[in-house]
Amino acid sequence: MLSLESITKTTQDWLLAKFTPTLALTIECVIVILLAITLFAVLGLVLVLLERKVAARIQIRLGPNRVGPGGIFQTAADTLKLIMKEGLTPDTADKFLFNLAPFIVMMVAMLLLAPIAFAKNFQIWDINIGVLYISAISSLSVIGILMAGWASNNKYSLLGAMRSGAQIVSYELSAGFAVLTIVVLTGSLQISEIVASQENGWWLFKGHIPVVIAFVLYIIAVTAETNRAPFDLAEAESELTAGFHTEYSGMKFALFFLAEYINIFIVCAIGATLFLGGWMPLHFGHWEGFNHIMDYIPSSVWFMGKTFLLIFLIMWFRWTFPRLRVDQLLNLEWKYLLPISLFNLLLVTVIAIMGWHF
Amino acid sequence: MFLKDYIVDVYKGVSSLLKGMRKTGYYFTHSKEIITEQYPDNRATLKLADRFKGEVVMPHDENNEHTCTGCTACELACPNGTIKIITKFDITPEGKKKKAIDAFIYRLEMCTLCNLCVAACPSDAIKMAPNFEHSVFDRSKLTKILNKPGSKIKEGIE
Repeated sequence: MLSLESITKTTQDWLLAKFTPTLALTIECVIVILLAITLFAVLGLVLVLLERKVAARIQIRLGPNRVGPGGIFQTAADTLKLIMKEGLTPDTADKFLFNLAPFIVMMVAMLLLAPIAFAKNFQIWDINIGVLYISAISSLSVIGILMAGWASNNKYSLLGAMRSGAQIVSYELSAGFAVLTIVVLTGSLQISEIVASQENGWWLFKGHIPVVIAFVLYIIAVTAETNRAPFDLAEAESELTAGFHTEYSGMKFALFFLAEYINIFIVCAIGATLFLGGWMPLHFGHWEGFNHIMDYIPSSVWFMGKTFLLIFLIMWFRWTFPRLRVDQLLNLEWKYLLPISLFNLLLVTVIAIMGWHF
Repeated sequence: MFLKDYIVDVYKGVSSLLKGMRKTGYYFTHSKEIITEQYPDNRATLKLADRFKGEVVMPHDENNEHTCTGCTACELACPNGTIKIITKFDITPEGKKKKAIDAFIYRLEMCTLCNLCVAACPSDAIKMAPNFEHSVFDRSKLTKILNKPGSKIKEGIE
């Protein structure tokens, strides 16, 4: 059967047979870079269109429907427009940092792609500290945002960036604790092992209510970490014009915009990996027939399906909830999410030690 | 006690958020709720609200008769001089002179569609019509005479 696993394996065998191992590795790296960039471009186009369509449906509208059948080329046209626009740098801005910031935000998003398992044995880099790597790298994106806000030399940008800093520093904690609950249950930080541990059922089902709570906490925390509404204080159109990217235009703005959507994809992919079994098909204990049918669906489809389900959930949040104030945002984290996740982690640890999970 | 308040707080917060999500989820899954009118494509079947105000018209019945007495209440009510009424005197069969309108001049380009003239009219001679495609290349085309040529006032309207 043709699968991503067999494609990568034949490619590697062919490269090793033709070239020296060093050259083969270099070529593989180039292929991976090209694939990652392609994935980014495609995801950017698809997610922006999806967001606009979901928003329209939720607000009883039609959404973009003029460019191409059903509006499917709308985002391509928008990208073309952004490419043709002038990338203006303000006179009083710190030119070097101002131009560097979008690339840092983008680079962080690209680095996060490395340990994600897209399908069975289809992973860029299966490091043994995968989860730690993800939580370490994902907190770096705030540096890019702070840089953009500071270098713009604009009060709105700086305010937005500072808010974003306070927000990400706070919500890292509960996101980290939610991820830790799965690490406690699995006993491993490696993504492939976490996925393998869910072969007989996803953690969301196996781990009782504490894991469900951890899942909810994770979704809330990552919504905040990716600066999405209802936690989009860093942008806050109505108060700060556009927050940290007020001064950006053209392709540099597009990079921030793209990074936001790529980050959503990545956090949802990680959420799907940790709580919903990654590329593992849906299995119910002893229903042999049902499990067999589920095995026929390719693992990449499972992974993408779960990820897009979570992405839809986060979009649903955005178009339902009103934005929080800064003090409410910090109250929510420090008075509610953090105590609950600490207590929840304790519960999960007890469950893991006593072996009460399935 | 504190702990109880805390849990009640969390419960209330979560349940109200879920209530909101149920509403938006309902809209998402029910495409017949969509209220967008695809305007240039559906000009034939366009549905407008009853109270939509596009321009002032004077309804005439099948005998080419209107109910305007020429009292100029609308002209006085209009805040920006949109309406100008020119009156004349008809000779009734009994040989009496009777006031009637010669021309009801309505300047659409000055009209703010405030509806004050319609509210001021004592005999319901004018009303708001829902047609809104008013663009023309010549501004003078926006100055309209609302009473049709040869029309006269309906019997029994004073």
